[in-house]
Amino acid sequence: MAEATGDEPLLKVRGLYKSFGAVQALAEVDLDLPAGEVTSLSGDNGAGKSVLIKCISGIYEPDRGHTYWEGRPVRIRSAHDSAALGIETVYQDLALADNLDIVQNMFLGRERLRHRLLDEDAMERAAAETLAGLRVTTVRSIRQPVGSLSGGQRQSVAVAKAVMWNSKLVIMDEPTAALGVTQTAMVLDLMRRLRDHGLAVLVISHNLNDVFAVSDRIAVLYLGRMVVQDKASAFDRQTVVEYMTTGGLGVAGTRVGSGDGAVGDG
Amino acid sequence: MADPVPNPADAPLAPVQSPTEPAVDLTAAEGGAPLVPAEIGAQTMREYVRAALLRIRGGESGMLPVVLGLVAIVIVFQAISPHHVFLSAGNIVNLFLQSAVFMVLAMAETFALLLGEIDLSIGYVGPVGAVIAVQLVQPSTSNWPWWAAIIVALLACALIGFLQGTLVTRLRLPSFIVTLAGLLIFNGVLLIVLAIGPFSGYPSLSGPQTNVRALYNLMWGHITPTQGWIVMALIVAGLGANLYLRDSRRRRSGLVAPPVSLSVVKILFMAVVGIAVVWVCNVNRAAVGTLEGVPWAIFIVLGVLGAWTFLLQRTRYGRYIYAIGGNPEAARRAGIKVTSIRTWAFVLCSFTAGIGGLLYASYLGGMSNNVNGGQLVLYAVAAAVIGGTSLFGGRGKAVHGVLGGLVIGGIYNGMYLLGLAVQWEFIVTGGVLIGAVTIDAVSRRGSASAGVGRV
Repeated sequence: MAEATGDEPLLKVRGLYKSFGAVQALAEVDLDLPAGEVTSLSGDNGAGKSVLIKCISGIYEPDRGHTYWEGRPVRIRSAHDSAALGIETVYQDLALADNLDIVQNMFLGRERLRHRLLDEDAMERAAAETLAGLRVTTVRSIRQPVGSLSGGQRQSVAVAKAVMWNSKLVIMDEPTAALGVTQTAMVLDLMRRLRDHGLAVLVISHNLNDVFAVSDRIAVLYLGRMVVQDKASAFDRQTVVEYMTTGGLGVAGTRVGSGDGAVGDG
Repeated sequence: MADPVPNPADAPLAPVQSPTEPAVDLTAAEGGAPLVPAEIGAQTMREYVRAALLRIRGGESGMLPVVLGLVAIVIVFQAISPHHVFLSAGNIVNLFLQSAVFMVLAMAETFALLLGEIDLSIGYVGPVGAVIAVQLVQPSTSNWPWWAAIIVALLACALIGFLQGTLVTRLRLPSFIVTLAGLLIFNGVLLIVLAIGPFSGYPSLSGPQTNVRALYNLMWGHITPTQGWIVMALIVAGLGANLYLRDSRRRRSGLVAPPVSLSVVKILFMAVVGIAVVWVCNVNRAAVGTLEGVPWAIFIVLGVLGAWTFLLQRTRYGRYIYAIGGNPEAARRAGIKVTSIRTWAFVLCSFTAGIGGLLYASYLGGMSNNVNGGQLVLYAVAAAVIGGTSLFGGRGKAVHGVLGGLVIGGIYNGMYLLGLAVQWEFIVTGGVLIGAVTIDAVSRRGSASAGVGRV
């Protein structure tokens, strides 16, 4: 698979270390997120996935480690810093206000003003364009309250909200966890579209079906260590599960020893 | 939908310069396809009605229940009141004056309710503001000009709101308790301020002096019939032009907008209401002599309604109040300064309560220890909720307070006409309140389940 952009990944994390008191959450984690690719972040509960995305999105500040954005070293200390770089995170709870409509949610906290008043027309136009570009066309009215949307539509609105702001990296935390089959397909489709628009996507998912359906790259955390990251084609279900559950002790041996033997076993 | 195959027609990303522009080249989607999906723009009356029904089903029943309730009240009381006096011009004006205090206090309470909080103190905060103003204009003591007295009274109320709001937002005390304490405290303050001066606790507004008359006229003053027509024509023309221009601009740019016919219907409706109000108020309602013209109180209520509607619907501050009421965590993550927005909502609540208090003092023709602040605040909350404002935060408008206040005033007035004792008024008002809260709760449940199973 060809590299979508130059040699430098959009975001490069090196030697990230984070502990909470005596608990070591992340140990020397490396991660590459190339533009135009969907990277899945897998790992068992407590592997450090959430801590890692919170370090990237500025909720936590790592204890040690380096972060490079488009090749330049950067320090992300707050959500504001990450937003300024073009990193947007869609959390599992989506952070939508049910009583506000789609436009109001998409611009929440960043309303456009004209003569110091809300510029509803400009906001509605921009929101409609963004939704159309992501081909989110199942909503009946852009002015309907988010509370009346389905789970998949809500996820779409949250994603659209994230990509409106010149974002280059969209992080999604368990976007399909609460969704049915059709809605999951809709969200996966949306992720592919973000990738096709040249954005980098980092998605946390427990669902291996989703992981394989949409990922270009897969990274696996195990007990706070990054045990493997590679192109999705280098994995199959079984190897991913083994990396997630054992940290790759078994698989690593197999792969070193017999090349693609693990793939054959699957 | 949910086509799992990535579409090859997607154009490559154009470099993005401005942070306010969408990051993806969205205009390039599906070569030449319209930017706005057909489903998004409802342009005909039928589509619009369908969208409105959808909103109602989705829990946004809005003003529909209260309007139906008002119609029911009018029909019932007109039918059973002695000599069908309910809809006589004199009684309608009277009903409105009786409702004005509830309307303004309900609009005050709306700020707290929108946040999912409650302010129980306004039943005495308003009267405290009123008694300050009444005391200040007394000719035999301070003899302040009426406008200065009103400003000081309203500022005092705003300060009270700031203190209570700070306790709620900074110390994270429950608003129910803080304002319950406020209800007691300001009842005491009211009694203290009442006792100042040589009025035996009954400073009145009955004198002929300008400043005293000015406060008295807040409720009992009126403009001449001709002035009434002119002012109402200006208001309707201004609002109508604004509405029509906005709707047609939105239609032209393909945004969600009501069809022309609906804009026209709305403007005609405003005109009809305006004409009806002025016409009714211009009928001579005195038993002896002449008493005609639109009361000042109508313009005060309309002014408060206009100002707070504008603040809540058109400004960033208003948007943030709704956002915090809907999902405080989302608001916080969006970078909204939740604490200060909430504190200011309490300030606005108490400030507006001060306006209601001034109307109340004017209605009573002075202040005394007869003020039943507990009942005032309960009626204010009831009026807001009956009007369609949710107790759970995030839903409601200033106009809901006005309509709910009319319902409460209508029940009060109708029961009085029937000669029924006050206990029946309480019972009926309580029943209406239960009905209103039921509608709110059921429609919320409807909205929670509406999302399920829809893609």
